[in-house]
Amino acid sequence: MLDTALTWNDLLFLGQGAAMTLAVTAVSVAAGTIMGIIFGVIRFQAGPIWSMPLMFFLDIFRSVPLLIQLVLGNALQSIAKLGWPPFTTSCVVLSLYTAAYCTEIVRGGIASVPVTTRRAGRSLGMTWGQDMRYIVAPLATRVSLPAWIGLTLGVMKDSALVLWLGLIELLRASQILVTRLQEPLFILLICGAIYFIISFPIARLGGYLERRWSPHD
Amino acid sequence: MFNYTFHWNQALRALPQMLDGALVTLQVAVLSMVIGLACAIALTGFRLSGSRILSGIAAVWVEVARNTPALFQIYMAHFGLGNFGIHLSPYAALLAGIAFNNAGYLAENFRGALKAIPETQTRAGRSLGMNSLQAFRFIVLPQMLRVAYLPATNQMVWAILMTSLGVTVGMNTDLAGVTQELNARSFRTFEFFAIAAVIYYFIAKAVTLAARALAWRMFRY
Repeated sequence: MLDTALTWNDLLFLGQGAAMTLAVTAVSVAAGTIMGIIFGVIRFQAGPIWSMPLMFFLDIFRSVPLLIQLVLGNALQSIAKLGWPPFTTSCVVLSLYTAAYCTEIVRGGIASVPVTTRRAGRSLGMTWGQDMRYIVAPLATRVSLPAWIGLTLGVMKDSALVLWLGLIELLRASQILVTRLQEPLFILLICGAIYFIISFPIARLGGYLERRWSPHD
Repeated sequence: MFNYTFHWNQALRALPQMLDGALVTLQVAVLSMVIGLACAIALTGFRLSGSRILSGIAAVWVEVARNTPALFQIYMAHFGLGNFGIHLSPYAALLAGIAFNNAGYLAENFRGALKAIPETQTRAGRSLGMNSLQAFRFIVLPQMLRVAYLPATNQMVWAILMTSLGVTVGMNTDLAGVTQELNARSFRTFEFFAIAAVIYYFIAKAVTLAARALAWRMFRY
């Protein structure tokens, strides 16, 4: 296994794949989080009944496999003649996917802020916006951050599926190398190690924050 | 903008085929969940065993399952094991990959659930003359499964969604695989995959509701 045909250029190719994975993840998580915060606030303000259409829409993204979503998104953009490259399509679908999960996290975070604390702020003369900005946001972030980190890592791992649209991310890059070099185990192990190195420290950080910031200890 | 004629009839005619595929999907999901649960219970036992080797195996399994994509795990089962001369069919590779993934996540759920069970329960069991295996089996496990039930149902939905990954290793009997084959024959991508999406949605909802009904029935006391 040590006398491998893998060259530095191939490793560089894997690195480019990893960069693509990170780029897709970064764009999708950024856009998805912004949407998730907006939807989460709407979900909380509108109450369970009025936000039902929104929740139904978002629930679709959590009940349909991401692979199917990606294929559908790609078919839809070609039907609508938008002419998006695979990168854009992948990012749009993954953003909505992220937003669907992020909405629940944000809603949970806002709901965890005690009503009395918010009322205290409002009775000091704060507007709704100020209350949201100075009282709810810091407290809710504290509760939501570990779950959000988990979501980010989940999206990073799920972004492997964009290979179906022809985007050369980490897993696709290693698949190409496997086809060429015929050393599946070795190359896949490197690929897995890269995923692990990206994911594991951040997962540990999330776990640490969860323990450290837990309101019950 | 929408200069495209939808051909739903053609897609709807393939519905029976797709529903057959949905059954295979459900079968893989259930099997992977059963295997995953068994492995997760074993891993939890490893963790509690106090043996460094066993808890090391459990830690590696859980961290690898949780920190690499499910698709990577399926690839590993399909392509990676070939190096050892083990050539799994797409079905077996898919099942192995998802079961591995399930086991990792479920073991982590169980760890959380174990925290909810006081240490004194084990000790009470031990002082009644049970050995540590019996105390785990009869005292800790039933309580742990009850606490971990809800996260486990989420994992079941995840397992159903993950079965769609089988199409990337050439699986052609499950819902995603059948849909892809039909699509390759007709290029009615949107119609076929939209119907597949609806079927997946209903399976996921049905499983969630069934799990809730079952919980209501089981945990009444």
